[in-house]
Amino acid sequence: MQPFAGKPTPPSDDRRWKLVEAAMRKHGNEPSALIESLHSVQETFGYLDEGALRYVALSLRVPFSKVYGVSTFYHFFTLKPQGKHTCVVCSGTACYIKGAQKLIDTVTEEHGIQPGETTKDNQLSLLTARCVGACGLAPAVVFDGEVAGKVTAAGMRAWMSQWSAEPAAVQ
Amino acid sequence: MNLDELQEIAEQQREAEAPFEHRVQVCVAASCLSSRSDQVKNALEADVKARGLEHRCKVKGVGCMGLCAAGPLVEARGKHRTMYQNVTPEDAAAIVESLDKEPVERLVLPLEMPFFAGQKKIVLENSGEIDPEKIEDYIRVGGYESLIKALTTMSPLEVIEEVRKSGLRGRGGAGYPTGLKWSTVQKASSEDGKFVICNADEGDPGAFMDRSVLESDPHRVLEGMAIAAYAVGANRGYIYVRAEYPLAVKRLKDAIRQAERLGVLGNDICDTTFSLRIEIRLGAGAFVCGEETALIASIEGNRGQPRPRPPYPAQSGLWGKPTLINNVETYANIAPIIRNGGGWFAGIGTEKSKGTKVFALAGRVRNTGLIEVPMGITLREIVFQLGGGIPEERKFKAVQTGGPSGGCVPERYLDMPVDYESLASVGSIMGSGGMIVMDESSCMVDVAKFFMDFCRTESCGKCVPCRVGTVHMHELLSKISRGEAEWTDLELLERLCEMVRSTSLCGLGQSAPNPVASTLKYFRHEYAQHIRERLCDAGVCTISQPSEELAGVEL
Repeated sequence: MQPFAGKPTPPSDDRRWKLVEAAMRKHGNEPSALIESLHSVQETFGYLDEGALRYVALSLRVPFSKVYGVSTFYHFFTLKPQGKHTCVVCSGTACYIKGAQKLIDTVTEEHGIQPGETTKDNQLSLLTARCVGACGLAPAVVFDGEVAGKVTAAGMRAWMSQWSAEPAAVQ
Repeated sequence: MNLDELQEIAEQQREAEAPFEHRVQVCVAASCLSSRSDQVKNALEADVKARGLEHRCKVKGVGCMGLCAAGPLVEARGKHRTMYQNVTPEDAAAIVESLDKEPVERLVLPLEMPFFAGQKKIVLENSGEIDPEKIEDYIRVGGYESLIKALTTMSPLEVIEEVRKSGLRGRGGAGYPTGLKWSTVQKASSEDGKFVICNADEGDPGAFMDRSVLESDPHRVLEGMAIAAYAVGANRGYIYVRAEYPLAVKRLKDAIRQAERLGVLGNDICDTTFSLRIEIRLGAGAFVCGEETALIASIEGNRGQPRPRPPYPAQSGLWGKPTLINNVETYANIAPIIRNGGGWFAGIGTEKSKGTKVFALAGRVRNTGLIEVPMGITLREIVFQLGGGIPEERKFKAVQTGGPSGGCVPERYLDMPVDYESLASVGSIMGSGGMIVMDESSCMVDVAKFFMDFCRTESCGKCVPCRVGTVHMHELLSKISRGEAEWTDLELLERLCEMVRSTSLCGLGQSAPNPVASTLKYFRHEYAQHIRERLCDAGVCTISQPSEELAGVEL
């Protein structure tokens, strides 16, 4: 535990914390900057861990319980590290009607994970999103941050097989 | 920046484009981009350069041209005006080659088709025409002239009167009269300042109208917000955008920066004493933050939990100050209304629903994408003419409007004119504009369950009727879906619908039962079949144990 007064120290020496510091400073280190700050952490490190939450809490002078409450309230934030590759299947109405469930099932069949889970070798995380706004191209899937439309089960398998030859990701 | 300077920029931009005999415009909004339209644009530019045609042919990135299903879309203008569909980088050479000759037949998308010809564009008039990343291009088509007109020749009250005359109603879904809302905020005391907020948290699954406007014509929204801020007396503005729309966020940030540099935003706008600073705030994946008080809570750095109203945001909103919140599409209508007058706008649409509406047509229909049509057009025209009908010779079953707060409209109402009142009269709502077409392959019990699942996970948890009610209703719908329910379960479901609707704190809970109520009203036989015969006709639901015992018991 560090004393409350004075500038808090980042959880590690990782220089990327400077990006987060800059984001918080840009919003005047105000309590209202909480969501923007959490976005900055997740964008930089891929997820929010306890150290990060405590650091943001101290920097913005917001109770840790509140920071925890906010980060668990919003679906966009994740408190678990993601796999090397992420696959977000949109499960909005248009995509659902056009068979998004089948795409989810394809991943489950091949890798045994359900939405929200990561494979044991940390290669792949399967997630769902409520709607990514690409309804004209339903069903849509976001592969490693890039939106793909009119995705088929075959297309899913093709994407997954692309990197199955890679060495397993190290945690 | 005054009117003369603005018109000079417009003239310069026109002169810069004039020498080009040919223009090739490539859609660079999110959907086409995901089909690699950026590579198409690069290929076209490379081909033009290789042929030494850079001085005769301009390749330009533009916003959404509407027919997402046929993307990437490329429009060629020169000797002929042709829309090309499903363009790949390999087609670049053929397209450039064809500019002086006949169009490339195999890629042509006829502009006379109802999807294009049947639209009336106000909100989307610049979408697909201008480069969304250049403010000069927005100015070329008259951008920011309405702002200057308002600031230099109209008083705030006159601006509000024009909006009131137009009959514009909030396009976010509730349809509250915009002029009235502005008037309320204007009247509120301004001692500590006021805010204008743009609700760009387009959370309805199946809706992507706002996304397109933000990506294709961001300045239109900024101009609308600035005019609104002037009218109500606000100097600070926020645009609350979903985190799921990174391209929209980027284009907005760039647009704000460009606008400030030119003096149409920021301090002393257009050499007047009016100042407005606009900032972006990101959402984080909470549907409830589309509700105005939850949105405000989110900007304040809290969980997105709604507050009881009154007091309304117009009186006490962001940090307790009077706040005007309007939807993206609402703001996008303002500049044309100021330019052409409220009376012009009121001349379009129906008696109580003026103007046009942008709809996101999706689901089991041929032409999925965005359309902007006058209020009063029929559902049949939308689905079967502009939409191109149901593919694979399937039969139309219902069209779902208004997202998770809306209802399903069956075939017998297809000839109903679309406006706020008529949709409400059949148990649905206009909503933000999402329109999902369903055919016989959809099971309406499953659809109701899908929406209830959505509301259940998106419920903020603050009030019991919604937090517990949606869970309970979802369990009942699951039970029905699995073929394990009794008639008493259906009765309980109906009672819960009424309870959740009438006692929830905010719009999410209040409208969560709508899909259930609507499907029960028009597709009760499907529920009955699941209960009585343990059967799902559409073949969607997984019945746990098909039973013969209850077959023959009448409801």
